[in-house]
Amino acid sequence: MNSTVAMLEAVSKRYGRHRAIERVDFTMRAGERVALVGHNGAGKSTLIKLMLGLIRPSEGCVEVLGADPGSRASGVARRSIGFLPENVVFHPSATGAELLAFYARLKRQPVASNPALLERVGIADAASRRVGTYSKGMRQRLGLAQALIGRPRVLLLDEPTTGLDPALRQSFYRIVGELAADGAAVLLSSHALAELENTTDRVVVLDHGLVVADGALTELRRRSEAPTRIRVTLTDAHAAIGPGLPRGNIAWARISDVVWEASCPELAKVEALRDILGTALPLADIAVIPPSLDQIYAGFLDRKAAE
Amino acid sequence: MRPVGIIALRELADGLRNRRVIATTLLMATLALTLALLGSAPTGTVGVSALGVTVVGLSSLTIFLVPLIALLIAHDAIAGELDRGTMTLLLSYPDARWQVLAGKFIGHVLILGIATVLGYGIAGLALAYSSPVAEAGAAAAFAAMVGTSILLGAAFLALGYVISVSVRDPRTAAGLAMGAWLFFVLIYDMALLGILVADQGQSLTVGILNLLLLANPTDIYRLLNLTSVSNTSLLSGMAGLTDQVRLDRITLFAGLVAWIAVPLVAAGAIFARRQI
Repeated sequence: MNSTVAMLEAVSKRYGRHRAIERVDFTMRAGERVALVGHNGAGKSTLIKLMLGLIRPSEGCVEVLGADPGSRASGVARRSIGFLPENVVFHPSATGAELLAFYARLKRQPVASNPALLERVGIADAASRRVGTYSKGMRQRLGLAQALIGRPRVLLLDEPTTGLDPALRQSFYRIVGELAADGAAVLLSSHALAELENTTDRVVVLDHGLVVADGALTELRRRSEAPTRIRVTLTDAHAAIGPGLPRGNIAWARISDVVWEASCPELAKVEALRDILGTALPLADIAVIPPSLDQIYAGFLDRKAAE
Repeated sequence: MRPVGIIALRELADGLRNRRVIATTLLMATLALTLALLGSAPTGTVGVSALGVTVVGLSSLTIFLVPLIALLIAHDAIAGELDRGTMTLLLSYPDARWQVLAGKFIGHVLILGIATVLGYGIAGLALAYSSPVAEAGAAAAFAAMVGTSILLGAAFLALGYVISVSVRDPRTAAGLAMGAWLFFVLIYDMALLGILVADQGQSLTVGILNLLLLANPTDIYRLLNLTSVSNTSLLSGMAGLTDQVRLDRITLFAGLVAWIAVPLVAAGAIFARRQI
């Protein structure tokens, strides 16, 4: 289950003077769900195109399913790669079923298994309708169905959830989970960070072509040193949290009459809670708000900028 | 070869679906019928073949129309699909880039071929029906005209691909395609004529003139069709030129095929190196 299916070693890609990707080391194992995070132009699409062999690296080597994706020998390996491009506009006058049949034939897969694919992504009802009549979400799902042709071992999805409503995103990540459980390695790029919690195993943060962080979310959260917030609601507006606490180094701020809030490092969180619970304060509620992925991300970028 | 066939059929199906084929056919049939019916009027019963006159008229029409249609189809073939993201997807599939280009070329030639055969065929049949007494060889000249029209279209398809694989923006491709059309169809001959008149036969030898004519696919087409039958060359006013130009039909034919093959190979080479 944890064999390496894709590997980038010291890969750089330059367009003239512009460095799209700079010395990136990156591996993906079977059954892994990896999110590629970064703002526009950080190099997410470049990384995916390198893995597809659409562009050749300026330096370093890329290997996907045991072959260099840019070489002639990669034809067989590419049959086991599923790809969903960012913003793909399918021919509007073809029907969903016709388009999927075209792509299945090109991948040398039986067209007969297409209805099941359309069913899986939830557009079986619209199979005989022209793609021009599809909504954005339906087109995206058709694109996903196309990527799933032939039970691929590596899936590269470029901003797959952009423009999808929350329900569709959930069903999308459910499918991604099923694929990973089936042993496929799934790489998806995104800048909607919040949705990656619980839906990915690993997050790779790219900034200006450099990998600034690579690891599981909990690990990144710890390393980013983004503060955890503790919010306490009291029953009595006259009570105050503050000087009386044994651990005076955590600053509590009054948000409203009864609501207080403190920011503390991830590691000091438990101590701070113990303090609050150990006092005789009239507590109504305690909420622990872990740093969001966006804050973690901002933290990494800040630290990089400071270096 | 399988992927080439799949892509060719997809292009043809798209052409039929978005009514490109039907629109082109109707346009060509309408213009051809107009020419055929008007063109046969002045000949009356003097004995000049209506079909012969029509070949001359249709050839002149083809030189303007077919390159235009071919460039309109071809300029978008790669640049447009790259812009819409479908080319990125297609190239992530197991097939080689030359297969994608070859498939598109075959599909587009089929689209152009169907439109030409149907559009001009309708006019030819209408003429044959209205004036059954045809000059010997007129039917063959007509068939050759249809065949070379498709070859001319293929040459401009290949030229259009060179443009389409070289630029990033489909609008740039459209502009360049129109430029190519203006150059080959209008400007080239006018400039050639101007030079010939100015030169007064001083330094331009027949050999150079031959080369200059071979350097433009529309001129090759013109020579192939307007000089094929003695009658048509007289009717088209090309008789004077035919005496000067010593290019046999095989050379002309080879020239036209080269105008298909060379740009097509060039487009393939550029496409293979292209960073998507």
